[in-house]
Amino acid sequence: MSLDQLYQQIILDHSKARHGSGLAGVDAPQGASTGQSHQLNPVCGDEVTLRVAVEDGRVAQISWDGAGCSISMASASVLSELGEGLTVDELHSIIGSFREVLRSRGKVHADPEILGDAAAFEGVARYAARVKCAMISWVAAEDALNQAA
Amino acid sequence: MAFVTTPATLEHAVPAMDNAEVLRIRNDFPVLDQLVNGRPLVYLDSGATSQNPLSVIEAEQEFYEQRNAAVHRGAHHLAVEATEVFEDARQAIADFIGAEYAETVWTSNATEGLNLVSYALSNAALWSARGRGDARLKELAVGPGDQIVVTEMEHHANLIPWQELAFRTGATLRYIPIDDSGALRLDLAAEILASKTKVLAFTHASNVLGTINPVKELVALGRAAEALVVLDACQSAPHLPLDVKELDVDFAVFSGHKMLAPTGIGVLYGKQDLLDVLPPFLTGGSMITTVTMERAEYLPSPQRFEAGTQRISQAVALAAAASYLTETGLARVHQWETELGQRMVAGLEALPGIRVLGPAAGQERIGLAAFDVEGVHAHDVGQFLDSRGIAVRVGHHCAQPLHRRLGLTATTRASAYLYNTTDDVDAFLEAVAGVRSYFRV
Repeated sequence: MSLDQLYQQIILDHSKARHGSGLAGVDAPQGASTGQSHQLNPVCGDEVTLRVAVEDGRVAQISWDGAGCSISMASASVLSELGEGLTVDELHSIIGSFREVLRSRGKVHADPEILGDAAAFEGVARYAARVKCAMISWVAAEDALNQAA
Repeated sequence: MAFVTTPATLEHAVPAMDNAEVLRIRNDFPVLDQLVNGRPLVYLDSGATSQNPLSVIEAEQEFYEQRNAAVHRGAHHLAVEATEVFEDARQAIADFIGAEYAETVWTSNATEGLNLVSYALSNAALWSARGRGDARLKELAVGPGDQIVVTEMEHHANLIPWQELAFRTGATLRYIPIDDSGALRLDLAAEILASKTKVLAFTHASNVLGTINPVKELVALGRAAEALVVLDACQSAPHLPLDVKELDVDFAVFSGHKMLAPTGIGVLYGKQDLLDVLPPFLTGGSMITTVTMERAEYLPSPQRFEAGTQRISQAVALAAAASYLTETGLARVHQWETELGQRMVAGLEALPGIRVLGPAAGQERIGLAAFDVEGVHAHDVGQFLDSRGIAVRVGHHCAQPLHRRLGLTATTRASAYLYNTTDDVDAFLEAVAGVRSYFRV
């Protein structure tokens, strides 16, 4: 597998222009219930703090701060863009699909109909050492959603 | 090379290492002969773990094929043979570092060796307080009001055991800081060590900066403070001639897997008079004289510190590794790796957006270089290099406080060994030169 299949253009773009990046000064919508989760990968020092705001069963906002490799930062950006506007159940379901693809060692293909831009991370599944990079913000989102519930 | 003083006799007897010799050496290392991602493997991660020559692999295999038995027990033929090769290996390693037989203790790795010393010192406090053991334990015991001193560049293995020793005993942990070039602030060391310091622990060579610390000056500071001096020799014992007596440290540790041997074996050197009185760390079989249902008496060193069945085949293999290094000549290996390290740093410094940690080109360093690529995370750098068959280490290299001091969370590190050619370094440099454009920086 070539490096370009891992670092797809979508990933490189999102790692530079990060959607939802920045917690400071970004207020959650008034009346929304929020949950926040901090995740750290001690192996490489990747870190994400992610907050979700839920209003009427829908994800109104996903904001995050993070430091890490292009995969982890792009993944948080894609998640933030993808998740806003979905219902809590829909986002939980997408997180489940994403995890299934990422943990499949390349056996399960990503369905762009379900995962949208996040399907670009399919190639990461073949790099066992990088799966956690792609997953870190999604784990944070799952935890934050549970807190907001 | 200006960085290494080669003994005159050696200089005349054996020529310096060169690429032709390294290519012959590589024939002894089967793992190096493979393609990774369609390119010849360039292994530059020996600072993390080194590769094994055939003589080491065969030594371990031969042990299992011909001599495998528990040592120091049983009267049968295999048990006698296993014990002989196990203890011969100990003597070989003692000779390798200039120590005595009974001063050479097997551990799993350097980390265990450092934990052993730290636990022996807190056990010394317990024994002393309860009137057990030698009277000297009172002065060795670490307790409230005492200091333990490390440095800011330590690997976690030479930091956390001392943090925990301080926690167990009420002692205070302090550290000698580094300057921006990665050198220890020796000007501050005397003041830091002034107050009742019981232990001074530091690395011989930094696994991140590549700095070689001035052991003799530090030992002199430790002696002036009447502290025990503990040397982390993980990045020195495999790469340069080491003589623990000449360095005059009280303890030294290193790991086999960083010096051509298998995992699971390491060495603790300790001065005889200390090992004789210190309480054991791990207790159980093989390290006792008399056991009743109430208590036990312990053997002298080295068995005193080797509870349970030992890593016999690994010890035998480690001796084979030491023999391989001795035959090649560690002064020559050091000289060659110094050349490779300088080539790395000079090449990296010439690239835009690269920040090399530690001494600049032309300054003394071991054969490794850790660096930051502006705008590209170390994991991405490592992935890019791997796609070109180049193996390096990425992350904090078990030195988070050092990285924090330098304002970084993760770096990329290339580390050479005696089986690396200048072509390896050049392939690495060429690949690093392409990193920033690949990631559109």
